[in-house]
Amino acid sequence: MFDDINDLYQQVILDHCKKPRNFHEMPAASCSAQGYNPLCGDNLKLFLTLDGDVIKDASFVGSGCCISKASASLLTDNIKGKTKAEAEKTFEQVRDMITTGQVNGDVGKLAVFAGVHKYPARVKCAILSWHALIGALKGQAEPVSTENEQT
Amino acid sequence: MNKTVDWSALRNDFPILDQQVHGKPLVYFDNAATSQKPRSVISALVHYYEHDNANVHRGIHELSNRATTAFEAARTRSAKFINAKSADEIIFTRGTTEGINLVAATWGAKNLKAGDVILLTEVEHHSNIVPWQLLAQRTGAKIAYIPVTGDEGTLDLSKLDSLLTSQVKLLSMVHISNSMGTVNPVAELCARARKLGIVTLVDGAQSAGHLPVDVQAIGCDFFAFSGHKICGPTGIGVLWGRQELLDTMPPYQGGGEMILSVGYQKTEFKTAPHRFEAGTPDISGPIGLHAAMDYLDAIGRENIWRHDQELANYAYEKLAALKNIRLFGPKQNRAGLVSFLLKDVHAHDVVTLADQAGVALRGGHHCTQPLMHKLGVESTARASFYFYNTKAEVDRFAEVIAEIQKFFGS
Repeated sequence: MFDDINDLYQQVILDHCKKPRNFHEMPAASCSAQGYNPLCGDNLKLFLTLDGDVIKDASFVGSGCCISKASASLLTDNIKGKTKAEAEKTFEQVRDMITTGQVNGDVGKLAVFAGVHKYPARVKCAILSWHALIGALKGQAEPVSTENEQT
Repeated sequence: MNKTVDWSALRNDFPILDQQVHGKPLVYFDNAATSQKPRSVISALVHYYEHDNANVHRGIHELSNRATTAFEAARTRSAKFINAKSADEIIFTRGTTEGINLVAATWGAKNLKAGDVILLTEVEHHSNIVPWQLLAQRTGAKIAYIPVTGDEGTLDLSKLDSLLTSQVKLLSMVHISNSMGTVNPVAELCARARKLGIVTLVDGAQSAGHLPVDVQAIGCDFFAFSGHKICGPTGIGVLWGRQELLDTMPPYQGGGEMILSVGYQKTEFKTAPHRFEAGTPDISGPIGLHAAMDYLDAIGRENIWRHDQELANYAYEKLAALKNIRLFGPKQNRAGLVSFLLKDVHAHDVVTLADQAGVALRGGHHCTQPLMHKLGVESTARASFYFYNTKAEVDRFAEVIAEIQKFFGS
């Protein structure tokens, strides 16, 4: 019945939403940030452990829709071992991909989110954890939200 | 009046229903958000703009006379629609929300003071909470709530005696809950309040177009509803107020239309309802609303209500047969909607998938965030019905929900 929607709910996304990776608190994290979309209820907290400029470890907790959970799960896998600058570059690639469908450069498994741009109401779900990542790297205390913007 | 209605023939009056969405026949189950419009309402709007458009009141020319006559005829029709004593008790607003805000800004500002209590219920829509919070901040009044029992969404009236204190000046409550489908016992509650001198407001957004409404029988002081949920255009609504209260209330907004005479220092205001309608009003809105009210009453709202309840009960049974589903709202006397959650599947994922199958649902907090928090959920998915929906559509909907469960393996 849902053949046409596999571009949104790809197998990788379904897998990560049902079995999210790195799904735990991190008491000794170097920094953390909350992503919260109160209108739809997506609510996650992202934790990072930094070694100098390098993201040694990443995890998250929270609740939300399949897209937001899978996005956070894949994010934590993706950014481990990256420098802050590399993570910020990935954020920009992912943001452009989720909003336009165009993939610039190699984003690895994250390419499964390229189909989200066809579902404008769900862009905010896919991008939430990535804004939380930037919030954490900047030491932002306030929760970030993606409900008022499409990026 | 219990006539037989040819429900499927009525569908032909709604051009929008005859279309495919994502390659599947549209099943429109988002009627609690807004209803679709029959051709007669669309035609009334077109006719007005093609033949009679002019500004209302004070006009001398023919078109202005026609526009004014049609505008005021809609007021008289609205009075009849809810059995108001007089058309002078009908104030045109932008919708239910503005109607409640009008009462808060005029009656509320004049009559409430620090220490007074505004009594609401825990199932209210934000539109019947936030205006009172704003008023409470300005006046120092407090807000109390009649509690809800739980997932069934019915009011726990065992606490009512202790809540109806002498400080309570206003009881404002929803007639039919938009997120639960509960029908509140508004006549009983208004009678209790009246004995204690408490003014009452009923939010009729979900009821006015779905069951026969008689404001005198309900015994409330204010009743607010929206045109767009009852087959009328968006941007028009009605606030009914008891004449003796309207007569004591200060103006809402200032401007043209609401004045008798204006000096540089002082202005004399018109009486109700014009006192509360500043500026050039929405003219086509009431004209479209008039056509919608004629359309609904030709079917008979008692018939619409029976149809609503049949579909809701049928949908409830279908969903209750599924595993891993949490259903909200009352088991008895359910209005025309079903709210639900699938285990481990977010409501927005349900709605996105249902949309792909052509089924339009709504997922979210339904503007009842405090209620969602009380029930311990972020959101629900909701199917809401109207008279043009069919049992075959409910079958399709239930089939789609079962497929969504399979898709997510829940």
